[in-house]
Amino acid sequence: MTATTVQDSSLLPAGRALTREEAWFARRELNRRRLTAFMLVTPLLLFIGFAFFAPIATMLHRSVYSPTVAQLIPDTLAELQSWDGQGLPDRAVLTTMAVDLKRLASERTSGKLGEALNRGLPGTSSAVKSTARKLRRVEDTELGANGAALLLEANDRWATPELWRTVRATGQIYTERYFLTALDLERDAEGAVQVREAAQIYVQLYSKTMRIALIITILTLLLGYPLAYVLANSPSRIANLLMVMVLLPFWTSLLVRTTSWIALLQTNGVINSVLMGVGVTSEPLEMLFTEFATIIAMTHILLPFMVLPLYSVMKGIDPSYMRAALSLGSRPIPAFFRVYFPMTLPGLSAGALLVFIISVGYYITPALVGGTDGQMISNIIAFHMQQSNNWELAAALGSLLLALIIALYWIYDRLVGAGNIKLG
Amino acid sequence: MDVSPTQFLRFVDVKKSYDQKELVVKGFSLDVAKGEFITLLGPSGSGKTTILMLLAGFESVTGGDIQIDGIPVTRTAPYKRNIGMVFQNYALFPHMTVAENLAYPLKVRNMARSEIVQRVDEYLGLVELEGYGKRHPGQLSGGQRQRVALARALIFEPSLVLMDEPLGALDKKLREQMQLEITRLHRRLAFTVIYVTHDQTEALTMSDRVAVFNDGVVQQCASPDELYERPSNAFVADFIGENNLIPGEISAVAGEEVRVAVAGGQEVVAQAADIREVGGGCIVSVRPEKMFIKPSDHAYDNEITAKFIVRHYVGDFIRYYFELSDGSEITIKVLNDLAAPKFDEGQHAKLIWQAGDCFAFRTM
Repeated sequence: MTATTVQDSSLLPAGRALTREEAWFARRELNRRRLTAFMLVTPLLLFIGFAFFAPIATMLHRSVYSPTVAQLIPDTLAELQSWDGQGLPDRAVLTTMAVDLKRLASERTSGKLGEALNRGLPGTSSAVKSTARKLRRVEDTELGANGAALLLEANDRWATPELWRTVRATGQIYTERYFLTALDLERDAEGAVQVREAAQIYVQLYSKTMRIALIITILTLLLGYPLAYVLANSPSRIANLLMVMVLLPFWTSLLVRTTSWIALLQTNGVINSVLMGVGVTSEPLEMLFTEFATIIAMTHILLPFMVLPLYSVMKGIDPSYMRAALSLGSRPIPAFFRVYFPMTLPGLSAGALLVFIISVGYYITPALVGGTDGQMISNIIAFHMQQSNNWELAAALGSLLLALIIALYWIYDRLVGAGNIKLG
Repeated sequence: MDVSPTQFLRFVDVKKSYDQKELVVKGFSLDVAKGEFITLLGPSGSGKTTILMLLAGFESVTGGDIQIDGIPVTRTAPYKRNIGMVFQNYALFPHMTVAENLAYPLKVRNMARSEIVQRVDEYLGLVELEGYGKRHPGQLSGGQRQRVALARALIFEPSLVLMDEPLGALDKKLREQMQLEITRLHRRLAFTVIYVTHDQTEALTMSDRVAVFNDGVVQQCASPDELYERPSNAFVADFIGENNLIPGEISAVAGEEVRVAVAGGQEVVAQAADIREVGGGCIVSVRPEKMFIKPSDHAYDNEITAKFIVRHYVGDFIRYYFELSDGSEITIKVLNDLAAPKFDEGQHAKLIWQAGDCFAFRTM
């Protein structure tokens, strides 16, 4: 017996290696654990894939994909391929367009074409619709022979090359046009990118959104930092009470909170009544439906996002650090900035990043209290989705917002390091 | 002002209350000589750390006075007291390198840059951490961090160094090594140390004097050997080292000696420590290593009979447990040699010791 054991163990280097069977068991055990872990997170992965990644992918796709025109007038677009973009297209193109329009009129889809073209060139919608109405009664043979003339006769806008350029541009199934619009750019007659001559709103709106988000971040920081400090350093009874007050906004509906700000800020609201009652102002201040209202209401709502990460970081800082700094001869304020403050940076950057990112994409508060002055980029995205029905532009604006946030996060990561974020 | 060299640091009837109702420190008075190593020893909650906080200025004094070099400091801000402090959790600034940590107290004192570099190098050498200046505290081991904390508390040459359980977070081996290190630095640089610990071995091995704390009051302040060999009351006798505490009643007083009747009507002779009244209940203390089991060739004054319970083999010695008729336990340490006797459970044995090793205390 003893002899066999000695022989067996001598086969294994230093007696450490596993036998094949042992290795197999160990591997099976490990695989089983991995499988269990994977199965536990599968519902979440499915949910995230279904409810998060799929919509974002759809949005990104939407922002470059616009098949409407291509589906409505495929023949005209095929003919337009050979057009050089200068002057009017060939008569054949015009004729095909006339035929297509008649078909659309009978299918009652000319309105869709008009709407699609109108986004590229305002005022086109009525031209398309009226032409389609007129061409509907023309015989097919007549249209085939004399379509071009009839088209030009029906509406003189068909004689402008600009309209045809719009037809060709909107006819592209995949297009960067909405991104150009979202960046206040357009293509000129030669197809070169230039700053849009008409209203420039989006870039300005983006920078305004960023500015408002930055102001809110700074305000929550100024309010939240001392608060978090007190929370982290008071006896637990007082700290708990203060914490409830910080968290209270979380427990009430967003809508209720925003509405209460309306009650406070409106012309004959609480603040104005008090100010006038005390005699500070003689007439009511215009506070509601301004940028000021957006900033103050959002600061209130987003404050917990700043306080909580700061609190959790400060809670972990032993009071002995400040004591050590003082005992080493440093005055309290320099000691705070040299010793305490750097140790709170992980919480501070986590809070600032959270507040900034959330406020960049905030919708409901600016929509309710912001008026026209306090609108942010999300409101215009919602507008394009709900009212102007321009989903492609909404998707492009949304994609740009996403890109902007990713870029900011990247810069943050380069400067501070994402590993420094501490949420709890 | 002319200050006596033994009164470099003075606590004069210092009192402290946190809740305006109860005193945590009840009239603490102590004179510390320059260069002395004083340890405040006591169970947790005895007020010893509070004394340190009062001295460092992190807590305000409720009553009494603290003087350094004859100057009252109770109204001085902590950053003006020039007191170095070593914390239990080291309190090294994690976002600064070791060298920056050491340079911090010098920078706030506006020392010249070249001088700072030189001083930092000197002190890194002193704690045997040359070449570690560029590391962050997180990259050091526990013992190395403790050395850096020590160097940081010493680098600005404070008049006084406070240490609040500085070795509490280290394992036993490192702790012993660091004890040697601190003693070495203390001898070399001759700074005054107020050291707080609940580890009595640490207190006894390192200190010039130990102040034993309990319940906000100093029970005894004396050199380690006096504390161990001549405890002044039952708390100190019990707290310092191992002791057998046998309850009894004083039957006669003769000068410094008292006769005490213990369980079963047996009488023993003891040194009177803080009690001399005949008929008073008292506690007699004898150290386990000062007692012997008959037959033994040691001289003795006292002899009592006790019942054997069990013996534990420890290694270098053997520990015997006996019981008196009133249920009080007696432990005896016997060197592990051929003379170590064997007993059966319940067997009676005669225990002997000298009157000079035995003290009678007032019951706690």
